[in-house]
Amino acid sequence: MSIGVKVVARPTEETSYVRATLTGMAHTLKHLLNPEKVTTQYPEQKESISKRWRGTHRMLTTEDGKAKCVGCGLCPTVCPSNCIKLVPGEDEKGNRYPLVFEIDEFRCIFCGYCQEVCPEEAIHVGRHYENAEYSREGHVYDLERLMAQSHPVCEMWDPSDPKGE
Amino acid sequence: MTMPLALLQAATPTSQPHIIPFIVFTLVKLIAVFTVYMLGAALLTLAERKISAWIQDRHGPNRVGKGWLQPIADGVKNFVKEETYPAAANLPLFILAPVLSFIPALVTWAVIPFASPWGSRWGEIEMVLAPLPVGFLIILALGSLGVYGIVIAGWSSNNKYALLGGLRSSAQMISYEIAMGMSTIPVLLLAGNVSLSKIVNQQAFETWNVLNLTIAFFIFMVAAFAETNRLPFDLPEAESELIAGYHSEYSAMKFSLFFIAEYCNMMTASALMATLFFGGWDIPFTLWDNLAPHTGLKTLLTLGCFATKVGFFVFLFMWIRWTLPRFRYDQLMSLGWKFMLPLALGYIVAIATTVVTLDALGFARGSVPFHLGLILLNIAAVVILFMILDRGRLLSPAYSRLNKRDVAKLRAVSQSPRTPLLPESGD
Repeated sequence: MSIGVKVVARPTEETSYVRATLTGMAHTLKHLLNPEKVTTQYPEQKESISKRWRGTHRMLTTEDGKAKCVGCGLCPTVCPSNCIKLVPGEDEKGNRYPLVFEIDEFRCIFCGYCQEVCPEEAIHVGRHYENAEYSREGHVYDLERLMAQSHPVCEMWDPSDPKGE
Repeated sequence: MTMPLALLQAATPTSQPHIIPFIVFTLVKLIAVFTVYMLGAALLTLAERKISAWIQDRHGPNRVGKGWLQPIADGVKNFVKEETYPAAANLPLFILAPVLSFIPALVTWAVIPFASPWGSRWGEIEMVLAPLPVGFLIILALGSLGVYGIVIAGWSSNNKYALLGGLRSSAQMISYEIAMGMSTIPVLLLAGNVSLSKIVNQQAFETWNVLNLTIAFFIFMVAAFAETNRLPFDLPEAESELIAGYHSEYSAMKFSLFFIAEYCNMMTASALMATLFFGGWDIPFTLWDNLAPHTGLKTLLTLGCFATKVGFFVFLFMWIRWTLPRFRYDQLMSLGWKFMLPLALGYIVAIATTVVTLDALGFARGSVPFHLGLILLNIAAVVILFMILDRGRLLSPAYSRLNKRDVAKLRAVSQSPRTPLLPESGD
């Protein structure tokens, strides 16, 4: 069985190591002297993120400063990573509100189901990603902290406008 | 012990200063050179990172003091890091190896003249740490010591990757050591001396060796890249194959010492290239700096000139590092033994013949026809070398033209009946 390799007679310009080296050196020198850099200087400059970015949560509030949440229990039910802890309560007028509402951002997979399922448009995933903490406990956001977040919220995928136009 | 004594006596300059100023100035020079050298090595780590960044269209380190304090940050980091010792390592050698790789590069600077002599009122002070008449031989001797640090590091780590790196480096450095030594013989032929100060002076009054001996310079430069283990010859490290090669097992300051040694080697090789082929501290196109009186101003200017030359070669090292990919092992060996060594030997013969012929024809050394002859020979040699290199056989890429005989041999191998890899079973 022959190896049957086709030996192509290539011209010297393509096979010369010297010429390739010199071309390469000229190329790197051109880039060395080029003042345009591709780096984003991160903490000072930030890349823009998508409108559909799903980051740390935010609880929207009503005009009188209370959480919009009515404690229906849909978000802990739908949450695939089981990171939402909700204890509903009821006031004397029969309005339900969350006694305890905690999200463990460390467990969260940022799927955004909680925002999709929420009937009151209360819980949202946000367009935000700088959520580093010094401890695991620091990642458990309680209701107060969720309401205090001020970053813009995610605009979910809309089937009637799939490209976000 | 008569021999070293004779050497030291021969080293005594004619207008030597008195003994006390001599000692004082030697100490001052020693401290100054060592300080500048260490600072230079630290700054070169920054320069390398900056140049690599710029070549790749990045900014490079720009946080710690706008980037200028980055070497200090690196140093502090390496000092406070944990020192790890592999359980199976040969501990005394493991500790000795970084020192061994670092010292030879440092000591080589003792014989390199870095500025024109300074005629102070205490006598003429040579701007060399040790103005030995055998300077160049010392450099060759010390240069071959550099391999021990790497080999011992590789062996004492008791790690297969480190050992492979050490083995590769021993093969590589010994191969290129020979070509390096051979390439400098034409320089010595022209200078008629092995003292580096004399070599510098000869170049200053005649022409820089790079114009006469371009091929020797080319061989020396390639061999210097191999000796310093820089890309495209960094097979001892070869991070994609050997993790980090010989210093895989090292941490903290011992690792850092290998790193410093690499930059020191680079500076030393650059200084040698500048001294042997680019006129050392000589300022081009003028003899003003070479003639007496040797004022302090001349010393400073020539020092600047020398620093510029060294800086250029260091930049060349970095530029090439971030351009060329690593050679394959067989390419490295065939380049060293089949190309560099025969070329260096042939070049010695060519230069020796030319010099003898020109002498026999009655042209004095340093006269115009003598140099014209050498330069004409040099141009012819460079053109021929370029044509040989350009044919693409040497260091050929995989897609280049193969020798017809090699193709026939490969075909014959593939057509021969296969020997089964495993004994056939069940018959």
